[in-house]
Amino acid sequence: MFSSRQKAEVHIEKQASWLKYPHKLNLYDQPPLEDITVEEFESCAIDRLRVLAEIESSFARNRPFDELKTITLAQCEKYLPMASNTAITVDRDAQRWKDVVGHFVLRLAFCRSEELRRRFVKAELTLFRVRYDNCSPSEIKDFLESRDFGWTQVDGAEKTKYFTQLRALSIQKAAPQQKAPPTDVEHLEEFHKVRWTRVPDLVERRKVFLQGGWAYVPAREQASIVFQEFQSRLENSLEMTAKALPRLDEDTRLIPILENLSQGFLAGVPSEWSAPEGSGEEIRADMIDELSRKHFPMCMRNLHDNLRRDHHLKHFGRLQYGLFLKTLGLSIEEALLFWRRSFSGYTDDQFNKNYKYNIRHSYGLEGRRANYPGKSCQQILTSDQPGSNDSHGCPYRHFSPDNLQTALLSMYASQGLTTADLPEIITTVKAGHYHVACTRVFEITHAMQGVKKGEGIGGGESVTHPNQYTTTSRQIERALVESVKMEVDGDVHMET
Amino acid sequence: MEPSSPEVMLAFYRRLYPFKSIFRWLNHEHAPTRLFTNREIAFTLQSDVYLRYNSFITAEEFKKQTCNLNPTRFEIGPVYTARPRDKKTVRPAAFTPVQRELVFDIDMTDYDSIRTCCQGADICKHCWGFIGAAVHVLDAALRDQFGYKHLLWVYSGRRGIHLWVSDQEAMGLTDEQRRSVVNYLTVVQGGKEQHKKVNVRVGTRDLPPSVQAALEPLVDIFSDLILADQDCFKSDDGWEELLKLIPDATIAKELRKKWLAEEDRSSQEKWDDLKEAVKEHTDKKTPERAKMKAALEDIILQYTYPRMDAEVSKHRNHLLKAPFCVHPKTGRVCVPIDPAQIDKFDPERVPTVGKLLRELDAATAESGTEEHSDWEKTSLKPYVDMLDKHAAGLMDEVRRGKLATDMTW
Ligand SMILES: [Zn+2]
Repeated sequence: MFSSRQKAEVHIEKQASWLKYPHKLNLYDQPPLEDITVEEFESCAIDRLRVLAEIESSFARNRPFDELKTITLAQCEKYLPMASNTAITVDRDAQRWKDVVGHFVLRLAFCRSEELRRRFVKAELTLFRVRYDNCSPSEIKDFLESRDFGWTQVDGAEKTKYFTQLRALSIQKAAPQQKAPPTDVEHLEEFHKVRWTRVPDLVERRKVFLQGGWAYVPAREQASIVFQEFQSRLENSLEMTAKALPRLDEDTRLIPILENLSQGFLAGVPSEWSAPEGSGEEIRADMIDELSRKHFPMCMRNLHDNLRRDHHLKHFGRLQYGLFLKTLGLSIEEALLFWRRSFSGYTDDQFNKNYKYNIRHSYGLEGRRANYPGKSCQQILTSDQPGSNDSHGCPYRHFSPDNLQTALLSMYASQGLTTADLPEIITTVKAGHYHVACTRVFEITHAMQGVKKGEGIGGGESVTHPNQYTTTSRQIERALVESVKMEVDGDVHMET
Repeated sequence: MEPSSPEVMLAFYRRLYPFKSIFRWLNHEHAPTRLFTNREIAFTLQSDVYLRYNSFITAEEFKKQTCNLNPTRFEIGPVYTARPRDKKTVRPAAFTPVQRELVFDIDMTDYDSIRTCCQGADICKHCWGFIGAAVHVLDAALRDQFGYKHLLWVYSGRRGIHLWVSDQEAMGLTDEQRRSVVNYLTVVQGGKEQHKKVNVRVGTRDLPPSVQAALEPLVDIFSDLILADQDCFKSDDGWEELLKLIPDATIAKELRKKWLAEEDRSSQEKWDDLKEAVKEHTDKKTPERAKMKAALEDIILQYTYPRMDAEVSKHRNHLLKAPFCVHPKTGRVCVPIDPAQIDKFDPERVPTVGKLLRELDAATAESGTEEHSDWEKTSLKPYVDMLDKHAAGLMDEVRRGKLATDMTW
């Protein structure tokens, strides 16, 4: 007789074997063969990219693995959920299909240069490790048994032959409070043998016994073989994809999407940031000076300061700044007022003739009446590169290190940024992690409001959109004001 | 005449340098393959101009160009996906290093803090003992643990030794894999400010198997080289350095008192004092004894374990001076060394280019003709024979490999 619980397990097992994708873990050796719509193509990839970009910024911030794992799993939950086989009410195949599609689309986007390949492999491998780490022992067992990893189990005869050496590896691990190291072959843990070149990380750390080029890998380090296998398969596949790609280029619909995706890595996430619905209170032209000092990211602060100094901004600067202000809640009427006052050296006639149309256009009131959103970090970083007289772009990327340091101090010293903060920021910038540098400045300038290092703009997320920076900064301020208000009213007492 | 004047060098390249043997060693076959044609050779000219990305199709072409340029020396780099001399005309992506011998460089300067006989650029047969110890350990580790067979040891011409591993697997290692070999084999680490430079065990537990294997021959070498020959703990600085490595303060204090009082105690006597003190102050099978046993083993390793220049080995595209080049200062030829004979090797008896040319002149005076590749008539012969034998081993393996593939169709 089965107890009801056993029955359920049998049932689940049967279910799992019906799944098209029986495991959460995947080495991605089968591309999806079904037809995929362009929309699916793009959305699966973008959602995966959000996860990978968060992994990248965790590297840039030197997060320890445990922290990275927590953040990555949270991001996966949002964009790339993956249920266990036991979750029979969830469409597990659909989730896993999305996982596979996203992975293969990103391969196309990231195979194009050695640098992109390297970064993609590193991020994907980390995602795989995080998931592997998060699997139950039985899920891992099923996955390992599902395919040939090319290892040989070390038999009793060999264990006897190399007993001293294998035992020494076991001793290394045993903590003092644990029981004594094994004294005979029967109590030795399992070992698997692979060519040493497949586990260079274990060799490097002397976690294996080497004999004749074979690495004897203890059971607890077996995962390393799997990770190495994942990495070398992916590296090879990417190189092959890169060679095959010219043929795919014929499908012109996909090219812009792929371009866009690979650029997404540069900026963090390809983010179409929009203000939370409803909270979008209006801002007025006369508020902008103060807002810029307290809440703007460096790119917008720089544009604002230039506008005030020169009473003018060139085309791409007006576009970047104007759309940002619009998204922040500046109405067309206030915008016209703001720009008219700012361009103080021009006559009304000149202003109306040369600038008014463009401002109305950006609000969707002229031309093809498109409602343009504020530019994301990715767009600012990669499109319309600034010339030598331009002030648009991303200062972290487009300023020389000297100018960047001077500008950071002059803009943010009043909010707590000091020269001691500069080396870290410059190092991050030099490594190409501009959004991480910007996030770090956000943390420093909001430290007085209680933002801690590593928190980013909330929950460890990095800045990917200037409006997101400003809105978060204002929310933090508003929350503080509210709490202070309550205190003054005497209704609620804050605990200190 | 300078030991290596341009005239001397030109005669050396024309008449003595074994281009054919070098070709076979790099190429693994008789007919030119990518292993040779896509191989970078970098020349250092007499004017100190550094000429990178040369490559050749045949040994004859290699020799001709070397004689034209008459460099002071040249280096061997990796095998690229395209011919290095076409570098400017191929896309950067189509020009990447793919293969290269796994190489090691051991230089006497890394032993300056412990050797007592010479300093800096100097070397004698006493301190050559450190190089000998390194060869014993590395040769065994690469053969036994990594399973490599085709190891060529080459005298660097002055105060060190190079190793070239040509096994197929070794040739194809990625930079990541090379780095792990190096880190796996690195045991002595840390700068001047770090006294204890051996930190490879967890607590006082046994050494990792690979280091344990190295320790066994090093115990004897320590006794002969460090205690007897170099007498490393004779001077005050020497034994103070030793005491810094002793984790038991009582023992260290007692020894300091004794050695201050008896200035003449030799290194061997001091080492015996230390062992005696350990027996006296710690009981068998206690953690204290284990700690001291570990400390003594670590001392032996710190003084004798190979110290390599890690950067040379970590990257596929690192260039290393070719065997049989002439060291410009000493005039000595960088000859191959049989690792089994390493302890008998005396760097001062390595032939100089001047001596070889005099031998050659004497031989041609007898026969009356001047020929090219005349090394057979000089004391360079045994060394070229050694390289030829080594290359023959490599070519044999390639031939057997091809035969095996032919049979499995
Ligand atoms: Zn010496």
